[in-house]
Amino acid sequence: MVKKIGSRIYLSIIFLFLYLPILVLIVLSFNNSKTRVKWGGFTLKWYASLLENETIIEAFVMTLQITLTASILATIIGTLAAIGIHAMKSKGKAIMLGATNIPLLNADIVTGISMMLLFVRFTELGFSTVLIAHLTFDIPYVILNVLPKLNQTSKYAYEAALDLGATPLYAFYKIVWPDIRPGVFSGFLMAVTMSLDDFSITYFTKGAGVNTLSTMIYTELRKGIKPEMYALSTILFGIALILLLVMNYRSSKKAIN
Amino acid sequence: MGKDFIHLSNISKSFDGQMILDELDLKIKENEFMTLLGPSGCGKTTTLRLLGGFETPDEGKIFFDGKDITHLPPNERKLNTVFQKYALFTHMSIAENIAFGLKISKKSKAYIDDKIKYALKLVNLDGYENRSVDSLSGGQQQRIAIARAIVNEPKVLLLDEPLGALDLKLRQDMQYELIRLKEELGITFVYVTHDQEEALTMSDKIVVMNQGYIQQIGSPEDIYNEPINAFVADFIGESNIIDGVMIEDKLVEILGTKIPCVDIGFDKNQPVDVVIRPEDVKLVDPSAGFMEGDVVSIIFKGVHYEIEVHANGYDWLVHTTKMHPVGSHVGINVTPFNIQIMNKPESSDEKAVELDV
Ligand SMILES: Nc1ncnc2c1ncn2[C@@H]1O[C@H](COP(=O)(O)OP(=O)(O)OP(=O)(O)O)[C@@H](O)[C@H]1O
Ligand SMILES: [Mg+2]
Repeated sequence: MVKKIGSRIYLSIIFLFLYLPILVLIVLSFNNSKTRVKWGGFTLKWYASLLENETIIEAFVMTLQITLTASILATIIGTLAAIGIHAMKSKGKAIMLGATNIPLLNADIVTGISMMLLFVRFTELGFSTVLIAHLTFDIPYVILNVLPKLNQTSKYAYEAALDLGATPLYAFYKIVWPDIRPGVFSGFLMAVTMSLDDFSITYFTKGAGVNTLSTMIYTELRKGIKPEMYALSTILFGIALILLLVMNYRSSKKAIN
Repeated sequence: MGKDFIHLSNISKSFDGQMILDELDLKIKENEFMTLLGPSGCGKTTTLRLLGGFETPDEGKIFFDGKDITHLPPNERKLNTVFQKYALFTHMSIAENIAFGLKISKKSKAYIDDKIKYALKLVNLDGYENRSVDSLSGGQQQRIAIARAIVNEPKVLLLDEPLGALDLKLRQDMQYELIRLKEELGITFVYVTHDQEEALTMSDKIVVMNQGYIQQIGSPEDIYNEPINAFVADFIGESNIIDGVMIEDKLVEILGTKIPCVDIGFDKNQPVDVVIRPEDVKLVDPSAGFMEGDVVSIIFKGVHYEIEVHANGYDWLVHTTKMHPVGSHVGINVTPFNIQIMNKPESSDEKAVELDV
């Protein structure tokens, strides 16, 4: 009994630490008062003024552009890469998987700085450098989502399709694709989440003209904290939450099937 | 029987530096039921995959109906394969599985529907059109795989141990169904198995393989009655394989006893392998045989008793319908005609044999 109460309390403390900051942020985004310490009543005006703020809208559009372009490209490249890796012999496979995992394990700030150093050597920092940077950390997530699905598909089913007269492309589309589609989709969703969230790597590779929401929030915060930023952060949190729910829903639906 | 339809001409194939097939040369006639028989890992599947177009030989050529198809991709070959395992399309219904090849060759809907009905009837699964693959048993899945292949009216059907996963009763039923199918369709079957009984039951011609070499090609009767070497003899049914020395024409010495045989043309005192089928060993009165021994075990096998007789240091395997209790003293006799004399392995081909026996 005591043990049970103890574990409940322990759990509550953990959740408190995890979610209290976000809760505070959300509450403050609806606070009709400029100061953080006083509750001035409920308001949506910070959300409204978000929409009027051109810098924010611009950063929002930029974020969407980068996130979507990077995620879509990463999904295509990552899926093809996974197919290639899957077809490799065990030794090459191990090497490629290692190479894929390094960007995931590397500290973001190290990745960001090293890319910046590389990019400034060849070109000006801007949209395309941010895009390339995002691709490098998105692709591994796609590969890691698609590979297990490929491992589950039967090599014999694909060969049977060829045997029955299908071209390799048609056989892939009809036989392999239905099996790996869920993996490709969850890889895409993960790439979106990663791109949407990223700050460090974007910050170092973006150059002067480009701002995504996260880098923009960082710059604004240095000038002084405006309640609009609470509203914006709340929205970002909301988007991430929705993506997470979609992913969980999909995997639980699959588990039932 | 028809002309040579497929010719695997001097095919060599290695994987990772390991020679799997070494200058394999094989001709298959039209409308023939040909079986590749051999122990696991001897290269049967590899041979079939070369025919199907899933592997390319390192050396040699493959001819199909006179045309060189060595480098033709699988989808352009006029043959279909029933794979060793798990090759149905699990996210499609049974009907969609069977229709797959027909849709690619752009057949009309009515034609396809007819074919599906016909094929399901042929494999005794009428009415299974809308079932899912997962809901079928292993045997039913293999029959669907066969149906899916034959609706395309291939000239040659390749079957890779299609009955390997089935229990004995179902396997025997399916063997008869396959023979019936082959007769109804009138096409060439190339069948792979490591089950010698299956091979003997079904085939017009058997190719016995070991470690990438062809050991013997012949009709089931030939292979069973006249095995060309000790490996074939041992692999096809049980045998007594005994070291012997050829004394002169029609006389061989085994286990210290000279016995008459019918073989001629061996060198004087040449070491040979002597092969005697267990059903050819006659147990007689101790004085009436060429050798005496004691029964050490007896097992009832349904149609016959399987008896082990210890004589002159060798355990003879004997199949007989007459009961001989353990411990009884018996004589061993074999009609000269039933004694097979074989050369000892010498060439590298036959060395491979020796390793396995
Ligand atoms: N793609 C491959 N890569 C490497 N080795 C292979 C490959 N395919 C087959 N082998 C090897 O070739 C040899 C022959 O294989 P194969 O599948 O032809 O045997 P099999 O006679 O069909 O045996 P089984 O009765 O077990 O199916 C085996 O040693 C196998 O390990
Ligand atoms: Mg095999």
